[in-house]
Amino acid sequence: MGDQFKAQEALVRLDKVGVYRDGKWLVRGVSFDVHPKEIVTLIGPNGSGKSTSVKTALGVVQPTEGRVTRRPDLQVGYVPQKFTLDWTLPLPVKRMMNLTKKHRHAEIERALDLVGILHLKSANMQSLSGGETQRALLARALLMQPDLLVLDEPVQGVDFAGEIALYELIKTIRDETGCGILLISHDLHVVMAQTDTVICLNGHVCCRGTPKLVAESDEYKRLFGARAAQSLAVYQHDHDHTHLPDGRVMHADGTIHGHCEHVHETSHEKEHH
Amino acid sequence: MGIFDDFFMRALIGGIGFALVTGPLGCFIVWRRMAYFGDTMAHSALLGVALSFVFNLNLMVGVIAVALMVSFALMILEKRQSLSADALLGILSHSTLALGLVIVSLMTSVRIDLMALLFGDILAVTTADIQMVYGLGAVVLGILIWFWRPLIAATVNVELAQAENMKPQRTRFILMVLLALLIAIAMKIVGILLITALLIIPAATARRFAATPEIMAVLASILGVVAVIGGLYGSLYYDTPSGPSIVVAALVIFLISLVPKNLFGPKNKVAEAPHD
Repeated sequence: MGDQFKAQEALVRLDKVGVYRDGKWLVRGVSFDVHPKEIVTLIGPNGSGKSTSVKTALGVVQPTEGRVTRRPDLQVGYVPQKFTLDWTLPLPVKRMMNLTKKHRHAEIERALDLVGILHLKSANMQSLSGGETQRALLARALLMQPDLLVLDEPVQGVDFAGEIALYELIKTIRDETGCGILLISHDLHVVMAQTDTVICLNGHVCCRGTPKLVAESDEYKRLFGARAAQSLAVYQHDHDHTHLPDGRVMHADGTIHGHCEHVHETSHEKEHH
Repeated sequence: MGIFDDFFMRALIGGIGFALVTGPLGCFIVWRRMAYFGDTMAHSALLGVALSFVFNLNLMVGVIAVALMVSFALMILEKRQSLSADALLGILSHSTLALGLVIVSLMTSVRIDLMALLFGDILAVTTADIQMVYGLGAVVLGILIWFWRPLIAATVNVELAQAENMKPQRTRFILMVLLALLIAIAMKIVGILLITALLIIPAATARRFAATPEIMAVLASILGVVAVIGGLYGSLYYDTPSGPSIVVAALVIFLISLVPKNLFGPKNKVAEAPHD
């Protein structure tokens, strides 16, 4: 799994990226790439540097060390994690769709219909619920016809049924447009079944692999039911090492290394360094 | 006799040109919560005037240069995070004003009409001033329209704008330059102490009636023009200072806009609020 993408040029590539802010490393030694048609999901606990890694990939955050390479003329569609808008700025949903680029009216209606909020096209962005805001942001990102769709916790504030529908939609978008998708999962354990590569972050890349095997596990089906297993997958792993304050890693056997990237049981990739 | 021969007509024309520019720019000041920032840049204009005399520079050039230097100083100081942004603004705002006043008082060779600088002297506007207001005003509006989409995008969400290549760091710079230009224009019209009022009050009034950022910007311009006309006729009628009268007129419009739409109740159709 994953090798099918490697033939094509990466849309974005992070090479040993580190971000140092306010006296500490937010992330360090993060390497991954996103290829066309590939869905890459970042998981990890709060403060593990998921958002920082994504923002570095987008060029919103400048890396302190390492290198970020984006394909020239890369069109990005970005769904940020937080969207707060000052009340003083009147912004109907349909105007929000034209935020960074003007689109045709029919296209806007189609995108809003696709995410299920066509009826809210004249509503103010400030009046939307969390889930509606996410859908509006997704519709806007889709209108950009992106090569790379980046979603920072796209299902936050969306109920479970909506969550599955949204993941289905993301899959459809990938299948139809062939864009690469980089998404952050709000849940450490739940990722899309269609994810090609799961990357677990904890200040650095802990492990990476496909979620496929886990999705078929009995434990997962017991937790979420067979229906959900078609859309969702659990990617579980044990942390067999401890992170030291200086960024080095102590393994279960007591050895200390500069990094801890290792191959997970479910991984078909050979990522040993 | 042309309309430019009458001092009152010149004041009206100059004031209207100024109000047209403050509308959209004022909206950005309100949306981005830059009111105190605008105030600080405006106050630094007095230091700009004083330094223009000391170094024998063109007044406009001195004012624009000092306003820009103050805003850059703010950006650098903010990055160091030694003091909060509003404390820094407070320091720069009042110290530039005080420095300007001290330098002006030290200059015995030139006489400067301090009241005109602080509160404007719109009735003394010349035909050349009007040309300057409309020339620079057109430049400011032109830049605003040209960069409208990236400016709005960066105001709505900086990270989104950055990710989709809208260069949001450029927009703050553009707004600073436009603000400096506007302050240079505004000195003659309402004076440096009242510039921010004409930036913020029409924009705040427009908010209640605007459905999109574009409507709000246009509406703010129109309300600014109404305030200028009302204020100038008011100052003529009551013999009050013209600059402050314009601000008072803007305030009156703002207060009227606060009246609830259904104040007179549905049973009294005759007295329905005029706006809606």
